[in-house]
Parts: sequence; C-alpha cells; structure tokens
Amino acid sequence: MAEHTIKAFDEEIDRLRGLIAEMGGRAEAAIENAMLALQRQDKVLAAQVVEGDKRIDAIEAEVEKLIIQVIALRAPMANDLRDVIAALKIVSVVERIGDYAKNIAKRVPMIAANTRTLEPISLLPSMGQVAGEMVHDALNAFAARDADLALAVVERDTVVDDFYNSVFRTLVTFMVENPKTISECAHLLFIAKNIERIGDHATNVAEMVYFAATGQTLPDRERGGSNAAMED
Amino acid sequence: MTEEQKLLSPADPKMTARDVKVFYGVKEAIKGVSIDVDMDNVTAFIGPSGCGKSTFLRTLNRMNDTVASARVEGTITLDGEDIYAPSMDVVQLRARVGMVFQKPNPFPKSIYENIAYGPRIHGLASAKADLDVIVEKSLRRAGLWDEVKDRLNDSGTALSGGQQQRLCIGRAIAVEPEVILMDEPCSALDPIATAKIEELIHELRGRYGIVIVTHNMQQAARVSQRTAFFHLGELVEYGVTSDIFTNPRQERTKDYITGRYG
Repeated sequence: MAEHTIKAFDEEIDRLRGLIAEMGGRAEAAIENAMLALQRQDKVLAAQVVEGDKRIDAIEAEVEKLIIQVIALRAPMANDLRDVIAALKIVSVVERIGDYAKNIAKRVPMIAANTRTLEPISLLPSMGQVAGEMVHDALNAFAARDADLALAVVERDTVVDDFYNSVFRTLVTFMVENPKTISECAHLLFIAKNIERIGDHATNVAEMVYFAATGQTLPDRERGGSNAAMED
Repeated sequence: MTEEQKLLSPADPKMTARDVKVFYGVKEAIKGVSIDVDMDNVTAFIGPSGCGKSTFLRTLNRMNDTVASARVEGTITLDGEDIYAPSMDVVQLRARVGMVFQKPNPFPKSIYENIAYGPRIHGLASAKADLDVIVEKSLRRAGLWDEVKDRLNDSGTALSGGQQQRLCIGRAIAVEPEVILMDEPCSALDPIATAKIEELIHELRGRYGIVIVTHNMQQAARVSQRTAFFHLGELVEYGVTSDIFTNPRQERTKDYITGRYG
C-alpha cells in the first residue's frame, strides 16, 4: 500500500500492527502450552500460561491507547479507518482468547491432582490444535489484509463446533459409566467449552479482518451445529 | 431504488448537469461531469488544488462567463430549464443560484444595506417596512440576527470574519435563492466560526439546494450527504458521503482521503 504523506502516521500504524502480531503470537502460544500442560499434567507449564496472560492484557491496553491517539490525531479515513476499528475490536477478542487459554491452564492442577486415567482427555489436543490454527490464520489474515484467508477461518468454525459436540457426548457417557470421575470430567467439559469459544473468537477476528480488507460485513452465517454448541 | 440511488439520482432534482465540459482555451478543465442537485441534501465537492471542483461549481451559476477564454459544453438545467440558453437572464439566474465565496466580501456599507441591497435592486421590496422584514428574516436564517440586531447601521466590514461570512450568506439568502453555491466558505475562518457556518448549512438544508467546495475533508464529511471527488478535471467518484469516507470504490479517492495522495 502506498505510504501516507505524513510518515509518522505510517509509523504508528506499523507499531499498531506489530503489537497485534505479538499479542496474537502470545495467545497462540498460550493455547498450545495450555493444551500441552493438560496432556502432560504439567503444573509448572500451566502456571507459566497463567502468568503469561498478564502480558497479553498489557498489550491490549497499549494498543487501545495507541488507537485512541491515532483516531484523535490522524482522523483516519476509509481503509485506514476500517483497519483501526478492526484492530480495536480484534485486540479485545484476542484478549478473551488469552483468558480462555488461561482458564484451561488453571484447571490443569485440579485434573492432575487425580491420578486416575481419563480416556476422554485424548480428544482435546486435536480440538485445541484446530482452534489454535484458526487463531493463527485469523491473525495472519490480519497481517496480510487477506480477505480470502479470513473467510477460510470463518468456515472452519464448524469443525471446532463439531468437535465440541462430540467431546460433550463422550464425556457425558463417560461420566455415567464412571461417576467417580465426574469432578475431573466437569473440568474437561469446561475446557472443551473454552476451546469452542476460542474457535468462535478466532471467527470474530476473521470477520473483522474481512471487513477491514473489503469494507463489507460478512452476511450472517449458519452457526455450526446442535444445541450443545450454542452460545453460553 | 436503493437509498443510495435515491440520494445520488433524486427523483425531483433542482439542478442537473449532464456531460459538462469546461475549456480554458484549448485546455479541457472539466471532462464530462454529470451530477444532480436537490433541495434536501448537501453536495460536497472535494479534490486537490487544480482538480476542477471550483471551476465546475462556477458553471452552475455561469460565473465562468466572466472568464473570457472559458467555454462550457454539455447541459445544465435549473428546474428543467437550460441555464446556458440564450433566453436565460444571467442576473436573474445568479439571484436564484446564489454564491458565497472563500473570503468574506461584505459591501463597504452598513449591515442593513448589505442585506437590503439585493432585494431592492431585484425589485423584491422597496418600502422600508418590507425591507426591514427581509433584513431580519435573512439575518435570522444566517444565524446572525441576535449578534447584530442592535447595530444594523454599523459597517459590515467591522464584523469579525465569521460574522462577515454569515452576513454574506444572509445577503445571498435575502434575494430568495433556490440554490446556494459555497466555494470554500470556511477556509478563512477559525474553528468556532467554521462550526457556526457548518451548523447554518445544516439548518439551511431542505430550504435551499446547497453545494459546497471544500479542501477540508472533515468538513465535507460533516456537512454533506453526497460527496464528489474530482481529480484532474474528472469526476472520479460520486457517492453517499458516509460510503466515500468509509469505503471508497476508486483507488484515487482512497489515496486522497487517506492522505496518500501524490
């Protein structure tokens, strides 16, 4: 894209996009590490994820401050305006993604406290991986202003929803058969829900990227799946 | 018909311009511009210096007639009547399509006379009582009455810049125009005087067709419902103001309004 006549404007936009890239990278890592901690029952790694969320929150605050400044001082127009508004919404969504990863990490010690083997746990890593990839692609789409990649992310949301429905059914069945694991399984259910929400938020990011890139909002789409995946 | 089409092609246009070209000697300054003006919405012309926006504005009340080398092609109508027809009375045309200029230019006469002069020479009123009514009404519409009602005999040139500009708007209003053309009416004014003029434009909308040329894009965004972007004599993009400023369709428009021009 051509440069602005006022160079300082470009510098601010670059800084803004750099901060969002960093924030997105940290959120992705948080999801990955939270899932790894869950698999390995690694409390230390889980604690690191919880601690790392502070930096994500701090970047959100920094980006918000910068955006208010850009709007006040530069009065951005057209694609610049859409970029800045999208960025403002994206950081609040990515901050939520970080919170979900943190929430998953916080549950690790409670599950790890029990040595019983939980078969359904094996379903979660691949679900977490799909959600993590959605976050990754949504932020790549933002960095590249790529509307097509954003659309691809939106379409993938149903995969996570289907995963969730399957995990939900499996866990319920497992709990019926193994009532002593209900406490741990309840945590797993929340974790699955958190991952499902991460997928929804990645979709929101992608929708904002699409808007920023094209000036059009995506038409309402069919939300994937059954009652179990409905908004909580 | 979509809202956008209704706004851009009003069913009941006050003025229409069709394939208008303006030549200065052999140089084509305006390259085939078509646009409609109605009473309900303000039209803003934006674009870099030399893009032709003022030239085009001036074709709407034949101000280019005073430029010897200027030649206008195409059709411009007011209430369906060709304003370049030989039968058109240009003095009458300019009363119906008034103009406010960049620099406030009140007559070196009293505030009262600045307003009363036009109606008197156009024969709208001659009795003092009738003129008093016109002066008060015009100054009220121009948002100036309360500030000058106790000093109507002071010179118009003694007013502040912003007041002078509102006096000039009042002067244009006094001859009961149908359309008011404004050529950068705020470029010599401070922000508060500018805000007052913008508020005035908002109030006058509906009663008069208003076309404003401005270098200040924020002003175009604030006061207009339709925006036309001119570049090198072409009408590059003409659209609903909110669309032009959030999602322009043309690359040149985008580069200009986002500050990437040139």
